[in-house]
Amino acid sequence: MKPKIRVEGVYKIFGEDPKGALDALKSGKSKIEIFEETGQTVGVQDVSFEVGEGEIFVVMGLSGSGKSTLVRTFNGLIPPTSGKILIDDDDVASCSAERLRKIRREKITMVFQHFALFPHKTVAENVAYGLKIKGEGAASRRKKALAALEQVGLAAYADSLPGELSGGMQQRVGLARGLATDPQVLLMDEPFGALDPLIRREMQDELLHLQKILKKTIIFITHDLNEALLLGDKIAIMKDGRFVQVGTAQEIVDNPADDYVAAFVADIDRGRVFEASHVVADPVTVEQHEKGAAEKALQLMEEHNRNALYVVDDQKVAGLVTYQELAVAAREEGRTDLAEVMVTDVPVVDQDTPLNELYGAASAGHPIAVTDKRGRLTGVIEVEAVFSQLSGDASEDEYEDEDEATEDGSTPPAEEKATDTAQGGTPR
Amino acid sequence: MISPADFVQIPLDDWVNSFVRDFLVPNFRPAFRAMQVPITEVLARIDSFFHWLPMLVFTVGLTLIADRTAGRGVALFTLVALIFIDMIGLWAETMTTLSMILTSVFFCAVIGIPLGIWSARSDRVLLVVRPILDIMQTIPSFVYLVPIVMLFGVGMVPGIIATIIFALPPIIRLTNLGIRNVRADLIEAAEAFGSTRWQMLWEVQLPLALRTIMAGLNQTLMLALSMVVIAALIGAGGLGLTVYTGLGRLNVGAATTGGIGIVLLAIILDRITQSLGEKKGVQTPSLWQSLRSLFSAGKADAGAQSGKPA
Ligand SMILES: Nc1ncnc2c1ncn2[C@@H]1O[C@H](COP(=O)(O)OP(=O)(O)OP(=O)(O)O)[C@@H](O)[C@H]1O
Ligand SMILES: [Mg+2]
Repeated sequence: MKPKIRVEGVYKIFGEDPKGALDALKSGKSKIEIFEETGQTVGVQDVSFEVGEGEIFVVMGLSGSGKSTLVRTFNGLIPPTSGKILIDDDDVASCSAERLRKIRREKITMVFQHFALFPHKTVAENVAYGLKIKGEGAASRRKKALAALEQVGLAAYADSLPGELSGGMQQRVGLARGLATDPQVLLMDEPFGALDPLIRREMQDELLHLQKILKKTIIFITHDLNEALLLGDKIAIMKDGRFVQVGTAQEIVDNPADDYVAAFVADIDRGRVFEASHVVADPVTVEQHEKGAAEKALQLMEEHNRNALYVVDDQKVAGLVTYQELAVAAREEGRTDLAEVMVTDVPVVDQDTPLNELYGAASAGHPIAVTDKRGRLTGVIEVEAVFSQLSGDASEDEYEDEDEATEDGSTPPAEEKATDTAQGGTPR
Repeated sequence: MISPADFVQIPLDDWVNSFVRDFLVPNFRPAFRAMQVPITEVLARIDSFFHWLPMLVFTVGLTLIADRTAGRGVALFTLVALIFIDMIGLWAETMTTLSMILTSVFFCAVIGIPLGIWSARSDRVLLVVRPILDIMQTIPSFVYLVPIVMLFGVGMVPGIIATIIFALPPIIRLTNLGIRNVRADLIEAAEAFGSTRWQMLWEVQLPLALRTIMAGLNQTLMLALSMVVIAALIGAGGLGLTVYTGLGRLNVGAATTGGIGIVLLAIILDRITQSLGEKKGVQTPSLWQSLRSLFSAGKADAGAQSGKPA
């Protein structure tokens, strides 16, 4: 698919002699050296990337790393010193003022860190601003503004002044203003930066929710890595005006490109970054009503070094048998009915469940079943895989099952444990 | 003692004389005369309107305006002051002065606001405009009365021209300031949505600069009022003339009544225009600040007194 936005070798240098600084930069001088020698400030250097339609591309970096400068080159608020910024087929960096205005009116809008709402206009007028500029009639403007406000849950405040709203509400208005013209691309420069953490969290969820419906192409700027990891389909880490790494949240957390990125991701909540799908293994299963299912189950577990196995009934999860119980039952009673020893209350999650929501399921000690929307078993997560992913050990490492198997096998199943404690608890 | 003048003497006065007399006057007199036409026209309309308007209608009208904009106290003051002016026999003069001032302020706004906008949008324009404004504000007004008389003659219109020159700087300065002070992020937002320069001006810059521009208009108005007497020197009529002739004939009574008329008119106009800008809460210093603070102190007292019995 053709990318919606393609950025090629963008540089921005502030100062009187950008060309000279550009040459110095290309000959390998650093941002600081250039500033000391020539007094020119390097805002952005050699940034190239692509964003697909409907993607959220997050640019993350510390203060002064050039994020705002970069995002402002996308709608021509800051012309780059060199480079191309293609939105569909238009090069924003070199097109005529007329063309640029058209792109701004129709294709690309912006949400600002400090909201930048017009204090003399009502909330609805603010939201309708882009439409007014485009020359839409008052009635249709109002209608669209109200619809956009509805999306962010503020229709009731249409006729208030922005100054009467709280920060969180003001930024919702900012978002509605950005959405009202139904642009294809949304630029967001630290839109939640000025909000307190609780509201911020709320707005992030709201953005994700809206994005599910609207499917805009979004460039999102933040200095908060957690926010970047939560929102970004792709994330770029920026430092001194250049991208040091571009990748998905998992790629960045798993394989930081350098020490700078590594330092960033060091204290990140990996449980939020990784999902069930990152640690899932192909399931080893037996059909419940198969002939000789019990023997087959034992054999499979031995073969695959597992101490538990999922039993399926027409691809759906029926339950789980542990090696220990099955072996005991088979040896002592000679029975081969899986249903007798099967644990039916098993942890079931779906692909997208973040790892930090698996803790509860994992605490039972059983492998976790991963199912698709129709409840069919698609994979199994071994508890060890969850914890090794969370602790950041390379996920490729095959964990040794031998020792743990015996250890695990000797512990009673968690369900019993739970019942024990419950019973033990009652007499007291 | 030896002084530089013993060696070189600069006949600056002769130079200026010959510049004005031999160059400006013969070559540009028709142009300067033509410049008077719009002023004459506007003045004639305003003047005949105010002289036609019955005193009571004007008084009631202005009182109502004061009530709507500046509140009860100012309205009451307006009513009493206008009746007082009529009683001391200066109604016609006051109307003449008012027309003259409004004409001056009208032209100051017509020239000054666009010029202010232009200087706000271009640093180069400001670079040229600013020193000119500085000069305009430092030259004592008496100094340019003579060239004005030579170029425009004497009478009401030259008086207004002198007033315009004197009162123009604040409206330009404050329009420029107001527009330049519009928050940069709002300009950026307007631009990001694809505004043209006109849309930006109309939708964002002017509305947000309005308060400051109104403050400029208020200052311009006050400066125009302060020129009333000086303008009378070159033939403008009205209250200024009353004061001027009173002084000339050592008629203290006439000079005083004329002066009181000017002060009363100034307070009324200042309070009303001030409140237009203040509506949204901005305080601006003006020539009459002290008078005003006296007056509002009185108002606060009155408020306190009327509050007690309730
Ligand atoms: N108009 C300007 N003139 C000169 N230098 C500028 C200008 N704007 C930005 N810079 C410089 O460019 C660099 C990048 O600034 P930018 O505002 O893009 O950083 P940022 O990543 O957005 O930071 P923050 O998180 O604080 O918003 C900084 O060194 C800054 O000083
Ligand atoms: Mg920034």
